Amino acid sequence: MAAKYVGKRIKRTEDPRLIKGLAHYVDDVRLPDTLHVAFVRSIYAHARITSIDVTEALKAPGVVAVYTGKDIATTVGPVPCAAALPDLKIPDYRVLATGKALFVGHPIAAVVATDRYLARDAADLISVDYEELPVAVDVEASAKGGPVIHEQFGSNIAYTLTSGEGDIEAALKSADHIVTQRMVHQRLAPVAMEGRGVLARYFPGEEELTLWSSTQIPHLMRTQVALMIGLPENKLRVITPEVGGGFGSKLNVYAEEALLAWISIQLGKPVKWIESRRENMQATIHGRAQVGTVEVGCKNDGTITGLRYNVVADLGAYHQLLTPAIPTLTGLMLSGAYRIPAIQMNVTGVFTNKMSTDAYRGAGRPEATYVVERAMDIVAAELKIDPVEVRRKNFPAKTEFPFHTATGLDYDSGDYEAALDKALNLSGYAKLRAEQAKARAAGKLIGIGMSSYVEICALGPSQAMPAGGWESATVRIEPTGTVTVLTGASPHGQGQETSFAQIAADELGVDLNAVTVIHGDTAIVQYGIGTFGSRATAVGGTAVLIAIQKLKEKAAKIAAHVLRCEASSLAFEGGRYSRPSAAAASAVSEPDVAVGEAPAGALPEPDTEGRSTLTIQEIALIAHIAKELPPDTEPGLSATYFFEPKNFTFPFGTHICVVEIDKETGETKFLRYVAVDDCGKVINPLLVDGQIHGGIVQAIGQALYEEVVYDEQGQLVTGELMDYALPKASQMPWFELDRTETPSPVNPLGVKGVGEAGTIGATPAVVNAIVDALSPYGVKHLDMPARPEAVWKLITG
Amino acid sequence: MISAPFDYVRANTLDEALALLAQNEDAKILAGGHSLIPAMKLRLAMPPLLVDIGRIKDLSYIREDHGQIQIGAMTTHYQIESSDLLKKICPLLPECAGHIGDVQVRNKGTIGGSVAHSDPSGDWPAAIIALNAELVAVSKNGERLVKADDFFVDLMTTALEAGEILREIRINKSNDRTGQAYAKMHHPASGFAVVGVAANLTLDRNGGCEKASIGITGVSSKAYRALAVESALTGSALDEQKIANAAAHAADGVDINGDLFASEDYRRHLAQVFTKRAIAAATERAG
Ligand SMILES: Cc1cc2nc3c(=O)[nH]c(=O)nc-3n(C[C@H](O)[C@H](O)[C@H](O)COP(=O)(O)OP(=O)(O)OC[C@H]3O[C@@H](n4cnc5c(N)ncnc54)[C@H](O)[C@@H]3O)c2cc1C
Repeated sequence: MAAKYVGKRIKRTEDPRLIKGLAHYVDDVRLPDTLHVAFVRSIYAHARITSIDVTEALKAPGVVAVYTGKDIATTVGPVPCAAALPDLKIPDYRVLATGKALFVGHPIAAVVATDRYLARDAADLISVDYEELPVAVDVEASAKGGPVIHEQFGSNIAYTLTSGEGDIEAALKSADHIVTQRMVHQRLAPVAMEGRGVLARYFPGEEELTLWSSTQIPHLMRTQVALMIGLPENKLRVITPEVGGGFGSKLNVYAEEALLAWISIQLGKPVKWIESRRENMQATIHGRAQVGTVEVGCKNDGTITGLRYNVVADLGAYHQLLTPAIPTLTGLMLSGAYRIPAIQMNVTGVFTNKMSTDAYRGAGRPEATYVVERAMDIVAAELKIDPVEVRRKNFPAKTEFPFHTATGLDYDSGDYEAALDKALNLSGYAKLRAEQAKARAAGKLIGIGMSSYVEICALGPSQAMPAGGWESATVRIEPTGTVTVLTGASPHGQGQETSFAQIAADELGVDLNAVTVIHGDTAIVQYGIGTFGSRATAVGGTAVLIAIQKLKEKAAKIAAHVLRCEASSLAFEGGRYSRPSAAAASAVSEPDVAVGEAPAGALPEPDTEGRSTLTIQEIALIAHIAKELPPDTEPGLSATYFFEPKNFTFPFGTHICVVEIDKETGETKFLRYVAVDDCGKVINPLLVDGQIHGGIVQAIGQALYEEVVYDEQGQLVTGELMDYALPKASQMPWFELDRTETPSPVNPLGVKGVGEAGTIGATPAVVNAIVDALSPYGVKHLDMPARPEAVWKLITG
Repeated sequence: MISAPFDYVRANTLDEALALLAQNEDAKILAGGHSLIPAMKLRLAMPPLLVDIGRIKDLSYIREDHGQIQIGAMTTHYQIESSDLLKKICPLLPECAGHIGDVQVRNKGTIGGSVAHSDPSGDWPAAIIALNAELVAVSKNGERLVKADDFFVDLMTTALEAGEILREIRINKSNDRTGQAYAKMHHPASGFAVVGVAANLTLDRNGGCEKASIGITGVSSKAYRALAVESALTGSALDEQKIANAAAHAADGVDINGDLFASEDYRRHLAQVFTKRAIAAATERAG
């Protein structure tokens, strides 16, 4: 592949429409006669619904219908959980509460009216009688006993699971030191800028339904919603218009999606629901929410002998699509960037009266990285050696890859020391430590923190996934020479319209502008899996590449036929096939049918007489006109490929951060932030930097600011952005980025994935820096978010 | 986040606005809308009628008249922040304005709206108290002057009576031995003041503290004057120790708010720290 575009800092072709406000989100799709839905949601965390009176609401202006649990109990199937774990308890999760409300925000009734405002007003007229029940809020307490949420299970424990390899008891016994630390991974809200939104339109004549949804997984949603509402899957079309961020929160099938589809069928009209921010905080999945204790055994020289992590995971009241599976990803990544001979995770998944947790950027891996990277610092402090040295000591060498971990994975490729050294150089680590010593002597609280992470991307081989781990692509060259790429991955902000076009343009030797990438419409795009788990480029991009290679095999056959030579003797360069003799003479003198140059209204006739070269775009025209094809050749020029990866990929890197803590107030200020990331081959450095930036921001959000807080009654205290502290640009440090590039052997592009790296790698670097700053006070750990008050208390003792 | 239904009238004159208020007891003035609209969207406020005073001429100005600074109620935070006149003669105001929200908020929100709203974490009330401002309230029955100390009554409650509109804020110009400063801890989510302290000090010719005026917001249900701090400062030269001792009284005798972000104890401590910082900065500027 001649790299004219791949590897270049090319601006996102998506951006102009976004910046100019010309993009179309679900709410921008306006259909005549659309009805609007407003929800009545539970104001209690746990209550029996004794009666619902909808009479006043039904009389309200514009109201068309009101639905409650009894209307859907037997007609709409439960919200699906795709995670399969041994002995997993799966509660029946109906799209409207039936009998009991199990969390604040649990939908109880849906009001349908002629406009959004009337629907909202009528919702206030519905009176729900509740009988309050005792609540299960604290996850550790709920694991042990207290009120049971799903009586049929007898307890709040949804599952227990032990994972890992090696003899952990022996490994810990063989250690010179064992360090133990309890850690809280607080509950976070993904807070995509665009909340969820659904528009459902039933065509009663065709008996077909189109569902516009702000989702990361249009095809999986089509399958699931079809099953939930009993519509043949091929009668359901899911369209994903512009999606204003997902971060995992839209890697799901929600009650509202199926319910709106069903309502549209009932009423024969389009129905729309656009989530409010308050609903987004209450009823869109949350992330993290683990409380665990790590035990690490080490030798006097810093060699790690074993790691055990006992953890309770707060699942919330129900399972959403992947809820119980997220903590298992934590188990997979507990080896971090290190050689750890024995690892064990014991996880207990616990129901609580809260919104479900599920995949939020990083999804289980940030927890693992935090556990391991905090533990490395705690070991370093215990042994009084530099945290750099503890890490270096336990890295596998780059020659040891593929590297097998005691969590059962085979890391594809890596050079952890190279990334570490680059970060040390970039930060001037030795000098930083000297400056820190001086500043400390002057009474200042300066801290230096690092994190050497490994993450798991390109999810993944189908064997390891609930519903297929492959990705699909169709590539077509149209008669006029433009290239259409249909990807089953459904990017939603990551920039694959640009990066997949780069891959295609280089592989086909065409202009970048000739390529259009289409995604997110199940009626247009072949089945696909979606964008999550930093998989779109590694799996979906590879599918594009291989589809093009397939297409080129056919193009070469046609070229050989027209140019009257053997396909194997053709040279392909710059988008042009050349006969052996012509290749050297170069093809610049040949006329070619350039994109857009055909006279208006006319398809040019390719003039192939006496030609020694043909562009692939001319071949597309020949293939469509189909008069000059070799015998037994299908007309047209397109190819589809479903790529099944053999393994995950494992990006890595080292982040180093320097903070100063205000002794009087406990506030943390950043002095430096250095990140060296390795995501394999880079298709577009600009996109990679953007992903790293956004990832670090969300990681800093977790380290310093964010926490979804429910009080003892299960009321959501952080129900708005006035209380839930999203990180802001003005709070961020300058990011000093660099990278190493270790290709992945898992796919021909050599790419690994970068969508979540920042969020995974950065959080422990920040907390390690804060703990380092506070070490003069004997501080060994501090739970997130590091609110100033908590820090101040550690300082004042 | 959809408000309850309401009517809307754009008043063309102050008289028209006053008449509308007089006719509709539950009507609300709409200024910048940056406190009122969020409250309406959450249905915490459900006024049946909004009277928009945004287009009334001559409610938005900053002027100096016979040693008095006059600021129209509809003057935006940004206009104050960027006023060269105020930077020269009353720098506390632009400094305080710069701490409010973000650019969009400062471009829409007004000083009059903020003062009339009396949010317990709003920034302006601290400055208004520290500057010993006078507030001009107008109603159908005419105008009256309310002193800053009498204006903030309780949580989101001011001395404005039903049917009254805040028209102007008046501040007496200070002399050249005056130093002013605003010190604030921003709430990480809302940007409002966890604690905000406005200090306005005048030194005598020997460098001693002649007058000290300290307004504090964020700490209690309303902004207040830190009397004990003021009296501990007045009458002697201000050094680090003196300032720290005075600042220790920042939250004396007030009921302190506690919340998720800052408990009562921590907030008391912050009040002392930011009072110290504001006074230290003001002292330096006065000298
Ligand atoms: C995202 C965000 C961040 C913010 N951050 C801060 C911050 O950091 N610090 C801060 O102090 N504030 C902050 N604010 C609030 C902002 O400063 C508001 O603009 C201000 O509090 C109210 O002014 P307004 O002109 O918008 O008033 P409005 O919202 O229009 O009105 C507020 C109230 O005052 C009444 N009112 C308005 N004008 C008059 C008048 N002339 N006479 C009588 N009554 C009147 C209204 O009827 C209403 O009850 C923030 C707001 C937002 C949305």
